[in-house]
Order: sequence, then C-alpha cells, then structure tokens
Amino acid sequence: MSDLAALLDAAQTGERRPLARLLTAIESRSPDVRPMLPQLFAAGHGAHLVGITGPPGSGKSTLVSALIAEFRRRGRRVGVLAVDPSSPYTRGAILGDRIRMMEHAADRDVFMRSMAARGELGGLAATTWIAAAALDAAGYDPILVETVGAGQSEVEIARLAETTVVVEVPEMGDEVQAIKAGLLEVADVIAVNKGDRPGAPRAARQLRAMMSGAGGRFARKPPPIVITTATSGEGVAELADAIDAHRSTARSPTQSRERARNQVARALADLALQRAASAEGWDATLDAVASRELDPVTAAERLFDGAM
Amino acid sequence: MTDDQRSVPIRVLIAKPGLDGHDRGAKVLARGLRDEGFEVIYTGLRQTPEMVADAAEQEDVDVVGLSILSGAHMTLLPRIVELVRERGMDDVLIAAGGIIPDADITRLKETGIAEVFGPGTSIGQIARYFREHARQRA
Repeated sequence: MSDLAALLDAAQTGERRPLARLLTAIESRSPDVRPMLPQLFAAGHGAHLVGITGPPGSGKSTLVSALIAEFRRRGRRVGVLAVDPSSPYTRGAILGDRIRMMEHAADRDVFMRSMAARGELGGLAATTWIAAAALDAAGYDPILVETVGAGQSEVEIARLAETTVVVEVPEMGDEVQAIKAGLLEVADVIAVNKGDRPGAPRAARQLRAMMSGAGGRFARKPPPIVITTATSGEGVAELADAIDAHRSTARSPTQSRERARNQVARALADLALQRAASAEGWDATLDAVASRELDPVTAAERLFDGAM
Repeated sequence: MTDDQRSVPIRVLIAKPGLDGHDRGAKVLARGLRDEGFEVIYTGLRQTPEMVADAAEQEDVDVVGLSILSGAHMTLLPRIVELVRERGMDDVLIAAGGIIPDADITRLKETGIAEVFGPGTSIGQIARYFREHARQRA
C-alpha cells in the first residue's frame, strides 16, 4: 500500500493529520496522487459541494463562518476549502480566510484548509476539486469552497460546485451591473450580505426584478435571493435552507451530466496540453508560430494529432 | 536548499496567541514573507494555544511563527509547543518573535521554541532562517 493510500485510509476513520497530509500531497501535485484518484473518488460519500463566490470584501469568509455554525447546529460535519490568490511574481501568498473562521478551529467536526491559487485563474486552485474529493472521502458534508474574491467573470467555481452561492453587497452598483453577463449568471443562490445596511432590501428587490423574466439559464426559475447579515447570523438559516433545497435540483440527470461534461472538458484540455508539451516538435512548433510561419490554431491541431 | 529548488512554497502559520492587540508586527511579517515566496496563513489576534495547534494541524504547515508582545510568553509558548507535538507534528519548526527578555529566550529554547526573533530583526533574516530550518518535503 502506498503512503497516500494509508493516509486516505486513516483520513476515512476521521483522523485529521492524515487528511491534512493527503491535502498537502494533492496541493503540491505529487505524482503519487494520480494513481490513487479512482480509489479517492470511490471513497466519496456524495457530499454536497457548495461554492461561495463574490467580490473581495463582500463578506464571503464571515458568511462561510456563519454557515459553518448553522450546519453544525444541524448536526453536519463541515469541510471548508478557502482559496486566496498567489503572487504571480514571488509565488507567495497570504491566506487570511481563517481569521474570520477561527471560532471553529477547535471543533473536531469542522475541517478547514486554506489553499493558494498557485497561478490558476478563475478563483480556484487547479487541485481544488481533488481536495474536495478528499474531504468527501473523510466524511465531511457539506463541503464549502470559498473562491478568491471574484470580479465579474471568474465563473470557474460553477463548473466544480453543485450549488454556487454568489455573495453580493448592497452597494454593488445600479441595475445594469445586475444584468451584465458573468458572475450573477452562475448563481444558484444569491446572498445579499451586509443586510444591516440601509440599501439591502432595495438591492435584493432590484436583483429579484432583474432576474425574473431573464432568459438564458434563469428562463424557468430565477435563483432565490436571501438577505444575510453574516456578523449577526441573521438570514443565515434561510441561506442554509436555500443551499440544502438546491441539492436535489443540482443532482437532476441534466445538471449532473452538464457538470460531468465541464469537468471532463477541463481534464481533457489539461491532458492535451500536458501531452503536447512533452511531445516531440513542441519547441519547433512554438518557434514556427513565434516567427509567424504558422498560425496558432494550425499549430495546436498538429500538436494534438501528434500527441494523441 | 534555496527556494527555487523547492517544488512548492513553504507554508507558514503566523499566529498571535494571547490577549495583546498589537498585530502590526505580525502583519508586516506576513506581508514580507509573502514577498519572499512563502504561503502565509494568517490567523489574526487573540488565539488560544488550542486554536493555534489545531490550525497548524489542518493546514499542515512547515513553520509556526508566534508573535507575542504581552509578556505571557512563558505560559503560552511552551503550551503551544506541547499541543503541536501532541498532534504528531514532530517536524514542524516553531519560532517566536516579539518582546522577550534574554533570560526567557534560553528557557523557551529548552521547551522547543527553535528561535526567538527580537525587535530589529529583518524579514530577510527570518525568511533565511525558515528556509534553512523548515522540514524538507518530498
């Protein structure tokens, strides 16, 4: 049995240090992780995977902390992955999401892990989904994934999570912000946080008006909008209800298949790049594109055909 | 081993145990270590020894850096070392910084605090120390 398999076994019995070490191996892209992926996924219990995203400073971490408290009251064991950005220059990072969650640090039924995005765009680390699978195998449910503070189009989380909560604040701007494409479009649940501020009910009303009658993803059913005050806990039980209620929707055959498609597409793109980059002709092809002898799409086609 | 040779950044937990509310130093250090290429998990003010040890365990950090200015270091720091070791983290480097009298430094080192950085220490010195003494990972 490999070291990692032993860690997985121990993590499944609820031990925390083996789980922490398994997460480190996953995060550092240890070559030993790949062979055990099938085992890791088979060990999952089908935890509800919930993404929490929104602009920096909208209160995501505080809201996650309040959700942990609420789910604990409901007797659930909660896993948290909190992603913060890495410096593109030094690779360093400050992972500060724990500050708002420390009240749960000593709760044996909460496991919280900070992840640096390590160069990945879209608000997640490349390994976040594998880390989530490890938490699932260890019996945590729900698993809350807090993204990097997102702008308008960091929608990667919606590919991964079954339920995506978009956190907005009353001062988010006018109605036009709400009808732009992007972040709000991927919401399964919208939380208007900092609900104790005067503009909160109005912001929620505006969002509701803009969402009802929208086409696209929301043509049939606009997402529920919940006003929350993470600092006092107000509205958090309703938010947890909305998250729980979305679980069955997220597991409809259509949505499950759509998520599977996105995940496989992402894995396929990564694999194609990996194989092509290690294939013969990679450097020569890049040179040909650099000197404008070859267009990038033809180059990609050749590399793909050669590598597969 | 230089930082470039490491396949992954060193993970450091920076915590402020106890009741003092002075976190400027801890924040400057966190920022400085980020710029030196470390992944810094900052847990904020007023942590109990249990909270620090549990965070270190879940985050699987290589280094625990404790900033303390309250004078309670002789009580809190050995307790944190004990709790961290109790959780099986034998290879985690534990260091401290803050206002700590020389006489106490010797005694803290006997309890397992690897190094104590006093006022005037540069970020570069601390980063170098962490790089040289943090556990090597596969």
